[in-house]
Amino acid sequence: MSKQINVALVGNPNTGKTSVFNNLTGLNQKVGNYPGITVEKKEAVIKLSRNLKAHILDLPGTYSLNATSLDENVVIELLLNKNDKDYPDVVVVVSDIENLKRNLLLFTQIKDLGLPTILAINMADRMDRKGIQLDIDLLEKRLNTKVNLISARKNEGFDALKQSISAYQNISLEPCLDASSIDKTYFESLQKAYPDQDLYKLWLVITQDVNFGKTNRNRISSESGFKPKSDSEIKQLQQKETIKRYQFINNTLKETLTKDLALATGLRAKIDRLLIHKVWGYVIFLSILFLIFQTIYDWSTYPMDLIDETFLVLSEFVKDNFPAGMLSDLISEGVIPGIGGIVIFVPQIAFLFLFISILEETGYMSRVVFLMDRVMRKFGMSGKSVVPLVSGTACAIPAVMAARNIESWKERLVTILVVPFTTCSARLPVYLIIISLVIPNERWLGLFNYQGITLMLLYLLGFGTAVASGWLASKMLKIDFKSYFVVEMPDYKLPIFKNVVYTVVEKTKSFVFGAGKIILAISIILWVLASYGPTDKFDNADDIVKSSTDLSRVTDEELETEISSFKLKHSYIGYAGKAIEPIVTPLGYDWKIGIAIISSFAAREVFVGTLATIYSVGNEDEQTIKSRMSAETNPILGGPLFTFASGISLLLFYAFAMQCMSTLAIVKKETGTWKWPLVQLFGMSGFAYVVALIAFQALK
Amino acid sequence: MTTIASLKKGQRAIIGEMNSEEIPLKLLEMGCLPGNEVELIQVAPFKDPLYLNINDTFLSIRKDTARLINVELIEDE
Ligand SMILES: Nc1nc2c(ncn2[C@@H]2O[C@H](COP(=O)(O)OP(=O)(O)O)[C@@H](O)[C@H]2O)c(=O)[nH]1
Ligand SMILES: [Mg+2]
Repeated sequence: MSKQINVALVGNPNTGKTSVFNNLTGLNQKVGNYPGITVEKKEAVIKLSRNLKAHILDLPGTYSLNATSLDENVVIELLLNKNDKDYPDVVVVVSDIENLKRNLLLFTQIKDLGLPTILAINMADRMDRKGIQLDIDLLEKRLNTKVNLISARKNEGFDALKQSISAYQNISLEPCLDASSIDKTYFESLQKAYPDQDLYKLWLVITQDVNFGKTNRNRISSESGFKPKSDSEIKQLQQKETIKRYQFINNTLKETLTKDLALATGLRAKIDRLLIHKVWGYVIFLSILFLIFQTIYDWSTYPMDLIDETFLVLSEFVKDNFPAGMLSDLISEGVIPGIGGIVIFVPQIAFLFLFISILEETGYMSRVVFLMDRVMRKFGMSGKSVVPLVSGTACAIPAVMAARNIESWKERLVTILVVPFTTCSARLPVYLIIISLVIPNERWLGLFNYQGITLMLLYLLGFGTAVASGWLASKMLKIDFKSYFVVEMPDYKLPIFKNVVYTVVEKTKSFVFGAGKIILAISIILWVLASYGPTDKFDNADDIVKSSTDLSRVTDEELETEISSFKLKHSYIGYAGKAIEPIVTPLGYDWKIGIAIISSFAAREVFVGTLATIYSVGNEDEQTIKSRMSAETNPILGGPLFTFASGISLLLFYAFAMQCMSTLAIVKKETGTWKWPLVQLFGMSGFAYVVALIAFQALK
Repeated sequence: MTTIASLKKGQRAIIGEMNSEEIPLKLLEMGCLPGNEVELIQVAPFKDPLYLNINDTFLSIRKDTARLINVELIEDE
C-alpha cells in the first residue's frame, strides 16, 4: 500500500508559490475554500515515488507567523493545529533568491515550530543577471535543513525538490533561535506553567491573540502562577524577536550570499521612471485600460457570434430529430438556449482574466497601487482599492474578497460598499446585446467604433460612480481609523505563460460551473413558467384566438404568432410580468423585460438568457437572440421596443442596480452584518430606478 | 529630528531607534529595523506615498508612517 504525506507550501507573497505549485502538480489541482471563510484553497495529490504520494497545499502568502489578516491566519492556524487533517508532515518554504533575507524570517519561525522545513529558493534563473552567488552547502549547514535551488520559470530543480520532500524524515528539527533568549524570565515562567508544550508554539498562540482579536484568548489563561504581559509589552517582545531573527539571518547570509550591487537595480529604475511618472504614469494606466476594453470587445465578437449560431443550430437539430413533445421542447427551448446563455460569456471572461493576470504577473499592479493611493484616499479608499475595483470588472465577489489586503477597516469597508458599481462581466452580455441593438456599428473618425466607445463609457461610468459614492460614504461613515499602508514593489518580470493560462482556465471554469448552474436552472424554471398557465385560457389558446379572429383575413403565420403571444400572456410568467408592468413602463420597458430584470436578481447575466427563453417559446422561426429582440414592439408607444431611449435607460439601470444575490452574500460575510448588503441593495437599486426613469423620459 | 518623511529623492539614511507603537509590525518584518539602510527611490505624484528601498526590499509606505521612523542621514562623499 502506498503512503500519503501532507506537504504545505508556505512563503512570502510573490515568491512564486503558485508557480511552484503549478509546476509540481500540473492541471489536476482542486480549488476550493477554507471552511467558513472565503480564502481560496488550492490542493492536489501527486505521486513522489512508487509507494509515496504527497498531498500538496498552496497556502496564502504571508511575511511572518504574526498574522494580521484572515489569509495569513489560515497559515498559522494550520501550523499550530496538529489535529487538522491537512497538518503538514513537511513544510516547503518557497523563497525568492533576490529577497532571501526577508524570506528567511518566515523560514526560521516555521522551523522553530519543530516541523521538518525545506527551503526552496525560487527564481534561480535570475541569479546570473543579478550577479548573485550562493553557497548552498554552507547554507544547509547553517540552517540545519535541506535547501533546493529551483526555477519555476525554467522548470528546473523540481526533481531534486521532490526527492527532498520524500526524504523529509532525515531533516533536523533543531530550532534556529532559542525562544527563551527573547526574554529569559518571561519564557521560563511560561515553560514552567506549561511544561509539556513546545515553547515557541505557546508564544505564537499568545501573540496570535494579540494580533488577531480576542477569539482565542482563553487558550492560554493566567493559571498556574504564570504572569501574562500586557498587549503593548507583547508587541515589544515581538519586535525584539524580529530583530533577533534578523541578526541570525544577517550572520548566515554574510557567509553564504554575495551580490553584485551594480547589476541589481538597473532595469527596475528605468521602467519605474516611465510607469510611475507624474504624467505618463497616469496616461499609460488609462491607455492600458482603454486598450484592454477595446480588445475584449473586438476579440470576443467572432467567437460569440459563432457560439450563438452553434446553439441555434443545435436547438433546431433537436427540434427536427427528436420525437415531438414536452421533452423535446424542454431541451430545445429551455436547456439548450440556457446553456448557450452561459457559454456565450466565456470568450470575454477569458480575455479579461488574461489581461488582469498579465498585469499582476508583470508587477505592474503594485505600481498602479502606488500611483493611485493619494488619489484614492481623497475618495475614502486606499491605493490598494484599485485592485478590487479593477478585479470588480470581472466579478464583484472576488473583488470584495480582494479588499482584505486593505489594512484600515474604514478604507476597506468603503471599498467593499462601492465595488459592485464597477462593471462586472455579468453586466457585459446585457451591455453588449443592448449596445448592438441601439448604437450604430460605425466608426468615429474612421477609427474608433461607436459601440466600443459606448462600452468604455459604461466602464468609466461604473468606476466614476464607485469613486464618487466612496467619497460620499467616507463622509457619512463615522469610523476612527489609523492610516496604515505597506506595499511591496516587486521586480518587473515577463509573465510566466503557464500561470496566465491556469488563471484563465480556473476563473472561466469557476464561472461556467458556479454561475452557470444558476443560469441554467433559472432558464429551465423560466421555460416551465412560460410554457404553462394557471387558467384554461392557456390550454385553450388555439380555440380562443381562432374564434376571435377573422380567419379569412390572416395568414397561417400571423395566426401562429397571435396564438403564441396569447399563450405567453396567459402563462404563469405572463401574469407575473403583467403585475410589475406598471412599475417598469415609465422606464420604457415592457413586461417581458420586467421578468428579465426580476430574474437578474439571481445573477445579472441571466437577463439575455431570460429574454432568449421568453422570446423563443412557441417560436418556430430560426432566429438569433438579437434578431428576436429587435423584432419586439413596444406595446404602448408602438414602434420597436428597443429604441435609443429605452436602450440607454436599460443600460443605466443595469449599471447602477444591485442585482446579485451572491455579492450580497459575500458582503454579509466580509462585514459580519446584514446592514451593509441591505444598504447596497436598496441604495443602489433605488438610485438605478431614478436614473433610468429620468433618462428614458428625457430621451424618448 | 530627521525621519524617512524628510528624505529627498535618492538620499540614503540609517534607521534609528524605533519607539512608536504605531509602526506596523509588518514593516519590521520586511526589514525596516534599527541599523538597516533606507533609500528614498521615488515620491508618488501628489507627494505621497513614498517608494523606498529598505534593506534590499522595495516597498511603499505613506508619509504618516514614514514620519514615525527616525533616521540618520548618510553623507555622500
Ligand atoms: N524569473 C522568475 N520568475 C518567477 C519564477 N517563479 C515565479 N515567478 C514570477 O513571480 C511572480 C509571482 O509568482 P506567483 O506564483 O504568483 O507567486 P505567489 O504570490 O507566491 O503565489 C510572477 O510574476 C511569476 O511570473 C521563477 O522561477 N523565475
Ligand atoms: Mg499565489
